[in-house]
Formats: sequence, C-alpha cells, structure tokens
Amino acid sequence: MRLNDLSRGASAIIDHIEDREPGDPVALRLRELGFVPGEPVRVVAVAPFGGDPLAVKIGFTRFALRRAEAARVLLRDAA
Amino acid sequence: MDAVVRERTLRAALVGNPNCGKTALFNQLTGSRQKVANYAGVTVERKEGRLTTASGLAVRLLDLPGAYSLNATSPDEAVTRDVCAGRYRGEAAPDLLICVLDATNLRLHLRFALDVRQLGRPMIVVINMIDAARQQGLEIDIARLQADLGVPVVTAIAVRRGGASEVFAALDRPLPPPPPVLPPDADFHAVVRKLLQDAVSRPAVASEAFEEKLDRWVLHPVWGMAILIALMFLMFQAVFSWAQPLMDGVQAIVDQFGELVRGVLPDGVLQGLLVDGVIAGAGTVVVFLPQILILFLWILTLEESGYLPRAAFLLDRLMASAGLSGRSFIPLLSSFACAVPGIMATRTIQNPRDRLVTILIAPLMTCSARLPIYTLLIAAFIPRKTVWGVFNLQGVVLFALYIAGIVSAMVVARILKRGERASEHPLLLELPAYRAPGLRDLALGLWQRASTFLSRVGTIIVTLSVLLWALSSFPAAPAGAAGPAIDYSLAGHIGRWMLPIFAPIGFNWQICVALIPGLAAREVAVSALATVYAVGASEADAAAQLTPLLSAQWSIGTALSLLAWYVFAPQCFSTLAVIRRETGTWKVVIIAAAYLFGLAYAASFITWHVALALGGGPS
Repeated sequence: MRLNDLSRGASAIIDHIEDREPGDPVALRLRELGFVPGEPVRVVAVAPFGGDPLAVKIGFTRFALRRAEAARVLLRDAA
Repeated sequence: MDAVVRERTLRAALVGNPNCGKTALFNQLTGSRQKVANYAGVTVERKEGRLTTASGLAVRLLDLPGAYSLNATSPDEAVTRDVCAGRYRGEAAPDLLICVLDATNLRLHLRFALDVRQLGRPMIVVINMIDAARQQGLEIDIARLQADLGVPVVTAIAVRRGGASEVFAALDRPLPPPPPVLPPDADFHAVVRKLLQDAVSRPAVASEAFEEKLDRWVLHPVWGMAILIALMFLMFQAVFSWAQPLMDGVQAIVDQFGELVRGVLPDGVLQGLLVDGVIAGAGTVVVFLPQILILFLWILTLEESGYLPRAAFLLDRLMASAGLSGRSFIPLLSSFACAVPGIMATRTIQNPRDRLVTILIAPLMTCSARLPIYTLLIAAFIPRKTVWGVFNLQGVVLFALYIAGIVSAMVVARILKRGERASEHPLLLELPAYRAPGLRDLALGLWQRASTFLSRVGTIIVTLSVLLWALSSFPAAPAGAAGPAIDYSLAGHIGRWMLPIFAPIGFNWQICVALIPGLAAREVAVSALATVYAVGASEADAAAQLTPLLSAQWSIGTALSLLAWYVFAPQCFSTLAVIRRETGTWKVVIIAAAYLFGLAYAASFITWHVALALGGGPS
C-alpha cells in the first residue's frame, strides 16, 4: 500500500521511499522532510476538485503532497 | 585567545527552516535597523541588520532565506547553502551561524541543524517559540541538548518584547569552537530521534487537537473553500469601505494645504507649479495610502498566520487546471499588493516553465497601484447603493474587476502551457502551525510598505506631476483665446496627436495625456488627470475635486473602457524591470508588454462598443 491509497483520517507506518529515477530529487526531499522508515503518517485532509493534493501529518509537521508525490511513499502492511 | 582575535564587528547569519520564526527574531534583534537588497547576481532578497550587544560588540546580522536542507532545490536554498559554507562570491563567510529552530517542530528542524553543523563552522542553536512548546506541555532539557549537540543552545520567544535576551547574551560570549561533525553516511534521522529521546519529554498534548480541529474546517473541501472565498471577499470590502473615512481625512488635509499655499503665494507660475503641479499631483495619490496599507495588512496577516499555504493547498487543483501548481498561488496573491514582490516570490517555484508563466501572469493580478484609478472611477460613475441586501455596489464592481484579472490570468496561463508535455510538478508544501501574527512584525512590514509608497510619491510621482504640469501650461494660451489654456499647450497637442489611436476605445485626449506619465507607474495616471483637469479648469472648478468633474465630463462608456484598460495594461516600469531582472532576458519583457497591451486594447474596445450599444456613450 502507498500513501496515496490511504483515505482521509487513516494512519500508517512508512516502510520506505521509492525513487522514480536514480537520484530522484522529490524522493530525496521527502526523506529530508522526515518521510523515513518507521515514521507514522496520517492523512489529515484531501483537497477539493478531485482529492488532489493530500495534506498529511508526519511527526509534528503537516505537508501538502500531490498524489504523484505521495505514491513514492510505501507503507507497511497493517500488523 | 578568542577575545583577542575577535574582530570589532561580528558577522553573524540567521539560518533555519521556513516558518521557524527566523524573521521575527531578526526583527527583534535588529529593530528597524535593516537594509533590504538583493544578493549579487540573483534576485534572492538579502536582509541585513545591525545590532550592538550589552558589552558594546557591533554585530552585522544576515537573515538568510529559509531552507529545509543544504541540498538546495531552489535559488533561495542555494544562496543559504553557499553563504553558510562561505562560498558565496562577494559575501564574506559569517563568523557565526545562528541556527533557529521551532521548539514545537524539533523533529524536522533538528535535522536541518545537523545539516548546518556538518559545515563545521562556529554556530549556536536558538530554540524559538519556547512558550508555545511549554503550552503544549513539552519539556526541553536545554543543558542536555547542548551537551549532545556540542554547540551552545539558547531559547527565545521572538514575538515577545525582550524575548531575544538570551540570544543577545550568547552573542557577547566568545565564539564557540567549531562543532563536532558526523560521518557523512550517518543517519541524521536516527540522531534526531536519539536527541529527542534524551532531551525532550512529550506528554499527551492538548493544543495540537485545536490545530487539527481548525484544519478540519480550513482544509475541508467545501467549508475550506467557503472560508477562502469569504476571506477574499471580506478583504476587498474592507479595502473599499473601511479605508473611506481615513481617505476623506487625508483628502481634507491635502485640500487645506493646497488652499493655504494658494493663499500665501502670489498668483503666477510658482503658485501654479506648487498648487496644481506638486500638491494636486502628489495629493491625489497620497490619499490612497490608507487603502494600500489595509490591503497590505490583510496580506501580511494571512502570511504570518500560516493561512496562505493552506489556501495554496485548496487551490492547487484549480491552479493545476491552468497548468500551474499551488505554489504559484503565493506569488500571485502577493501580486495583489504589488507585482514586483510577487514576481520576486516566484523564485520558490522550482519548475522553470511554471515560474515563467507565473511571472507573465502576475501583472494581471490587480495590484495596489491600480486601486487609485479603480476607486476614482468607481466613486465617480458607480452609484453608492446596496445590492442583494448587504453588499455595496461599488465594492461588488471592485470585486468584479479583481475577478476579471484572475480569470484572464488563468486563461493566459492555460494558453501558455498548452502543448507542454505532461511532466511532474512537485508541490511538497509545508502547512505550518497557526500563529497569531506578531504586532511588531506587522507594524514593521507595514512601515516598510508605507515608506516605499511615500518615497515613490516623493520622487517619481512628484517629478512626473511637475513635468506634466509644465507640458500642460506651456506654451501659454495666446491673449484673447477662447478655450482653456491646456488646449494650446504641448500636452494638448500630444493628446490630440494620440487621439486617433485611442478614440476607437472611447478615450478622450485628456486620458491620452494622462496615459503617458501613467506608463511609469499606474497610480500616476490619477495625479496626471488631476493636473490636466486642474490646469484646464477655471479658477473656481480647480478647487472642486476630481470625482464630480469626471462624472460630469465623461460618459459611463469611457469610464468603463478605462477600467477595462487598467485590468490589463502593463503600465509599470518597475514590473517590466523586475521581469527583466528575474528572467535575464528582454525577450520575455517584450512578450509580456506586447500581450498585455494587446489585451488591454481589445478589452477596452469591446467594453466601449458594448457600452455604446447599450446607450452608455456620450450624451
């Protein structure tokens, strides 16, 4: 499961971030912003007009991510 | 040895994540002793201030652009990276880095502090907003954090008076030794986790729940949009109605001053120059200061409160339909105040094509310099009545003009982005915590805006007003001439020469004359009209205000056509200059000017002919 599959209000644990291409800058920035394995993440809102982007909460911080960016975040299967 | 080698002036730089309260701390430390300029070669804003510590040490403090990482992904972050590392050409390496962290967001901000520490340069860490952390029940063991990090750590409350005293004290102590550095392949997040575990206790939190509740409304697909629209609408109503009493006050002062000067000076050229040229010209523009300040107050408040990124979140999809991203929203909203800072703010857009399109459409956002024209024409031609029970018709028309700019911007963006290969636009936008804006920071921001506006009035506008006064006064009318003096002047000739181009869109020659100085800056057109009509009118009329004069002399078709013109016309040298600077090419400037003039002419042409057909022509 990926972060973009998560519905509003649902949370999960990050498994890893996937690079779309070698040295993917978006993936790198995601990692720097704290999207790292083992972190809990929660979808706090989805935008109007088609549900893109998502607002997610990780740690103490909220970020707006487009679905394509969220798709790089792979989640652990619910234990 | 430290104390001996220490130079007389310490160079320090503030670094930190966006939203860490760095600028508030900068304001707190330096007061109004700030200089805003650009870094050599790029248009990233460079803010430097001065301060003196208790022991008399002079400090030059640089406020570096906010960054999430030293792996820069935008021109802003590249400046921060290079200045911190002492690699920026023309910029001496700072003696001390002051890394500012938000106490309530340590997990993200400590990682950046580790990034900065890797540079191995003397640094101190400031844990800002410590009051907010305590409110949330966060206990931070400063001594432990300091020991673990190996750099001095102090706390601050940048938005409170005296909240930076520990930072002042830290500046007085000898420079700290270079900090320890981690091996390059270290897992920074693991280190941060360890730091938090050691030094921060985090009981169950209450105030976060409040933020989440607020966000549930603000980010809601339906309610969030309703809040956004209400805020924007309220903003425009406020600009139009709250400012009125203040504007009337300023107008009264200007009028009295003019009368005073007229009474004191003997009739003649000097009296004409001062009263009709300088006072009438500058006065009509100064009157708009209250409106411009209210507009800036709204934008600054929205910015400081953390609302703007949420608006960007809500509008991202809409912006995507115009081929842009939510990131373009912030520069575009700033362009409502002025396109110059708006265009400069586009540098936070990483995608070059998005950035170019945002630059090209930014002038379509109705900037505050158009307000004088809109206000003047609306007051003269739109009746002041209530529609739909609550709204003032004048406010509604103003709102419609803003909407016209926005809609055309979206259409232009769509056309410019047509045929572009679908590529990825990263959004990745932080939605910062809500904050009550600091009064001091708002006041400082407003003061900077007001002084910029007034210095423009003092320089460009007065100069052009005087020039225009001269053009419209000389050569003087021959003895025994019938019409007003301006008909015989140079300006009269120029106006009539331009008339064939502008008559098809309903402009008279007085407007043509006012358009020339209005090319330099839009609001000058108002003072130019004042000058043209003051000179042309007889003594008795000159005292009367411009508003009744215009409504008596122009048809509504002419007024609407001029309003339509101003929605589009690129009449601002500063905007064109900043486009040149931001894009580094004249080509974009020429494209921008040509397409905007084309749109302006077409819009006015249509407006005029529709008005004529509906009976709104000259009677």
